[in-house]
Amino acid sequence: MPFDNLASQCDLAALTARRSERWRPGLGGACHSEIFACSREAGGAAAALALALDDRRHAQSIEGSQAEDRRAVLWVQTREAARLTGRPYRPGLPAELRPRLIHVLADKPEDALFALEEGVRCREVAFVLGEVTGNPRALDFTASRRLTLAAERHGVPLYLVRLDAARDLSSARMRWEVASAASAPSEWNAQAPGAPAWHAELFRARAHAPGKWVLREEGRGLVADRPFQTPRTASSAPQDERGFSVSVRPEEGAKTQSERPSRRVSILN
Amino acid sequence: MPPRRILSLWLPALAMDRHRLAHGEEEPGRPRVLIANTAHGPRIAALGRPAAEAGARVGMMLADARALCPRIAAAPRDQAGDLALLEQLAVWSGRWGPWVALDPPDGLLVDVTAVAHLFGGEAELIGDVHAAFARRGLAVRAAIAPTAGAAWALAHFGSGGAILEGEYALTEAQRHGEEALAAQPLDTAEPCPGGEKAASRPNPSVPLRLCERPNFSSFYELPLQLADLPVAALRLESAVLTVLRRLGIKRIGQLSGVEDAASGRDAIQRRFRNRRSPAANPLLRLDQLLGRIPEPLLPVAPAVPPLVQRRPMEPIRHRELLDRVLANLASDMARELERRGEGARRLELGLWRIDGAVTVKRLEMAVATREAAHIGRLFAGKLDDIDAGFGIEMVRLRASWTEPLALAQVGLEAAAEKPGTTLAACIDRLTVRLGERAVSRPVPFASHLPERAQRWQKPLAPEPTSQELLAFHHRPLKLLDKPEQIAVLYATPDGYPQRFRWRGAVHDVVCVEGPERIAPEWWREKGGTRLRDYYRIEDDAGRRYWIYRAGLIGDGRGGVPDWYLQGLCA
Repeated sequence: MPFDNLASQCDLAALTARRSERWRPGLGGACHSEIFACSREAGGAAAALALALDDRRHAQSIEGSQAEDRRAVLWVQTREAARLTGRPYRPGLPAELRPRLIHVLADKPEDALFALEEGVRCREVAFVLGEVTGNPRALDFTASRRLTLAAERHGVPLYLVRLDAARDLSSARMRWEVASAASAPSEWNAQAPGAPAWHAELFRARAHAPGKWVLREEGRGLVADRPFQTPRTASSAPQDERGFSVSVRPEEGAKTQSERPSRRVSILN
Repeated sequence: MPPRRILSLWLPALAMDRHRLAHGEEEPGRPRVLIANTAHGPRIAALGRPAAEAGARVGMMLADARALCPRIAAAPRDQAGDLALLEQLAVWSGRWGPWVALDPPDGLLVDVTAVAHLFGGEAELIGDVHAAFARRGLAVRAAIAPTAGAAWALAHFGSGGAILEGEYALTEAQRHGEEALAAQPLDTAEPCPGGEKAASRPNPSVPLRLCERPNFSSFYELPLQLADLPVAALRLESAVLTVLRRLGIKRIGQLSGVEDAASGRDAIQRRFRNRRSPAANPLLRLDQLLGRIPEPLLPVAPAVPPLVQRRPMEPIRHRELLDRVLANLASDMARELERRGEGARRLELGLWRIDGAVTVKRLEMAVATREAAHIGRLFAGKLDDIDAGFGIEMVRLRASWTEPLALAQVGLEAAAEKPGTTLAACIDRLTVRLGERAVSRPVPFASHLPERAQRWQKPLAPEPTSQELLAFHHRPLKLLDKPEQIAVLYATPDGYPQRFRWRGAVHDVVCVEGPERIAPEWWREKGGTRLRDYYRIEDDAGRRYWIYRAGLIGDGRGGVPDWYLQGLCA
């Protein structure tokens, strides 16, 4: 029996209850999130922006401020990330970010980490978005913990997009795996790609249970659907494996349920 | 704000006067000329009235002048000396107004806004000018007008001591802070009969008043006194004057008359469309004369950049000592800047080594600052590769670019509530470590081509005005630096793409939107550039891209068109 006294059991119960609350948009995120994505698409950066804007709206609703946030947004890229996935393009950005974006191009991952930390320490920055390729030696657990502490101390959220990276050791409070999903049908043209959507898997989070969603932006909010199959991609196999659905395929849902306690204990330890 | 008044001083015989003051009066019967050596021999550069009466002219060869008048006395002209005297006179002319600008080679412009009452009026001010220059033995012509251009024109070509009343244009534009309005002339200004009626005949003895009071509807109207002046009064180059003479435009009033006629301004504008310099474009000069566009005066005020230095007793050989000296210098500089009410934008740190080598490290800040700790921290990152050699005997910090920065209680509240740096300090640190070009921000640029429609500029520079992109144009979230060529399966000649290979993997296209045709910018690019048909596509895994086909089959600009992938959509 690992727990001796009642108090720790109560703490554990509270933490368990809190953790069992599933993540949903509008709940607010963490100060340091990592988004793993493939470098062949812009889904990682787009989902990071969507999450950042969602967290920003949540923070504003807590502060109760109606004022428009005009603080700058720092977008840090290593040169390799810029070469692989391109630089941000102003006409394609969300309209509220267009005049606020400041772009930093770092030659090495070390410089990118320096820029990220400087951005996180700046009180006049709304949030920082980073893009780093692979698993650079400089981005070890110490560096990641340093970023987490700086971000939490100054209250500036950091969204680090990891392109083509393995899930290494990190102290990020929320870790996502993001891939593009089939878009919603376009409003005017049945042939055209519609509003973007992303498969997002929260595989490690401090305050939430892991889960999978299909994120998309609707109106001025982020919407997270359970990953049902969309008709357009019904025939493609990878989507089947990636998504899961309790009602349609109970055995896989049960398997996920049974997996969850073991993960929880491992995180608590 | 009182109406702007500019006093223009012209010293028509500056060189001759200076020579006379230095070498005495010329002998009777021996007219004096000043010569300049040119490729074809000495030419007359300046002369006095006796020489002119003897037939000599400015620009004439000295030999020709000697043929006309053999007893001519020639002396070399000292252009640098004349300029030095003019600068000295500029400082001296500060007695009539605080803001004096040089108007080389032989003029001065003094801003006498709200000054005239100290002399009892503008006529008395001009009288004082004449008396003061007469005491110094210098010939002068003076005029006061609301703009520098008008004052210059009246001083050079008007009656002596002319005063042009009226408050038109520039003051009004300044008052509303609308430079854009000033840059675009108001063609709808109605003619004002009152202004013309009040204009009296030119009278050389009595200073002349055009309008009794500033009249709002007569802004941008050409006063009669200026209309009679020749176009040379617009301070134009001789080549432009020749063009105007050939066009038959001899007086300012004619130019203004052409401009008033329907589409007359367009005609002049077309003729001089690629002349950006005011001296080469009569319309710009006319606008300056009438105050439609501002004309700033550069004052002759000696600029002493803030400078602090330390000479340690012993040469500095270690980094710790250098850091301490640098911290002291930074706090000295902060105090010096605070005394002046300025902040530094660019700092230069000079390190004088004992063996004679000098190292200079430069630093440029995103906004003006005078925080000693910030300056010290920024320089500390630049001193890592300093070679001290046998030691550094002098360290000097100089602020070569400063901007006004008022005393303010900076961020006391903000710093107490939220820890962290300001954005400017953050950008400074990033710029110092990553380089000047690493930190930038995208700004729109007027172009159809996607890669040209965005430019990068300094992060805190003001954003240029631009037309907003049309909302129905879907643009990708990210744009590749260089479009990457892809192999596409499509129905020729212009079918939808069905499958493509990019970076070694095959994508099946599920959704397509397009084409959006973007033609090459023919005014800029070569003739053989092909058009682009852009498609927004989504593949079977849901990845969205922005691709284009460069050209059409049979457009005569190449063979089978290539496909490129340019952008990654959200």
